[in-house]
Amino acid sequence: MSVTIETPSRPRTRKQANWEKYGWLFMRVSGPLLIVLIFTHLVVNLVLGDGIKAIDFAFVAGKWADPFWQVWDLAMLWLALIHGTNGMRTIVNDYAGQVKVRRALTTTLWAVCALLILLGTLVIFTFDPCPAGASAELLASFCPAQ
Amino acid sequence: MAIKPAGTLYRGKVGMWSWVLHRISGVGIFFFLLVHVLDTALVRVSPEAYNIVIESYKTPVVGLAELGLVGAILFHGLNGLRVIAIDFWSKGTKYQSVMFWVVIAVTVIAVAGFTPMHLARVFGH
Ligand code: HEM
Repeated sequence: MSVTIETPSRPRTRKQANWEKYGWLFMRVSGPLLIVLIFTHLVVNLVLGDGIKAIDFAFVAGKWADPFWQVWDLAMLWLALIHGTNGMRTIVNDYAGQVKVRRALTTTLWAVCALLILLGTLVIFTFDPCPAGASAELLASFCPAQ
Repeated sequence: MAIKPAGTLYRGKVGMWSWVLHRISGVGIFFFLLVHVLDTALVRVSPEAYNIVIESYKTPVVGLAELGLVGAILFHGLNGLRVIAIDFWSKGTKYQSVMFWVVIAVTVIAVAGFTPMHLARVFGH
């Protein structure tokens, strides 16, 4: 059963940047990067060592004392949130019939995305692995309070 | 009207169901990510606040849910590679259904390998 697609009667005029195409491309560029970032994240945090059992404040401190994991988690934060939000936008476009509803949902999605990117970025870069006044048994072994 | 469509790349068969799964897993992971950025932000509040909340990830119910989360991420990520292959690889459409079953197989094997290890930690002392 073959389908004949009619020749478009009016060719696409290109006055504006093709944002929909850039979005489409972004999903395909960020995807493989997220595979590396997220799969490593899962192996390091849930498989190696004691996995979920070992995760606490000191574990996070041990990772973020190293600029390598700061940059890793930063890249993961930005890419995953933008990829996820753009994917949700596609789904909203598919199902939200009314223009008003679609606008409201899309605006909310990007607002939440921006807020969480801002929050997460601040957390990664203002994080103190050895906060003063915290009880020593909750801190990483390299903290002076130990 | 006697023609019965045999399914196309996108309708009825593997092409459609992989899309449904990709969409559901994407939404699920998205909402988890919202929560996960917030719970991680608690490291900025205090070690106590973070530890109390992260303990809930080690309870039996959440521990079991994590298997589903890991499976959803694996499926979505690997199927995402399949989608990209269909779009950019000249043989992509020819092998899309084979690639789907490879995605399912790798996901199932990885989750099967992870499950005993993870559950021992969640249910062990
Ligand atoms: C692990 C690596 C990942 C890969 C390789 C990947 C790949 C992809 C690709 C290629 C698409 C576009 C599908 C299409 O246009 O038909 C997509 C859609 C989507 N992704 Fe991902 N993704 C990954 C991680 C994530 C994460 C972490 C989230 C959530 C935060 C997410 C949420 C979504 C959503 C909601 C969609 C839209 C689904 C739809 O339109 O049906 N993805 N993904």
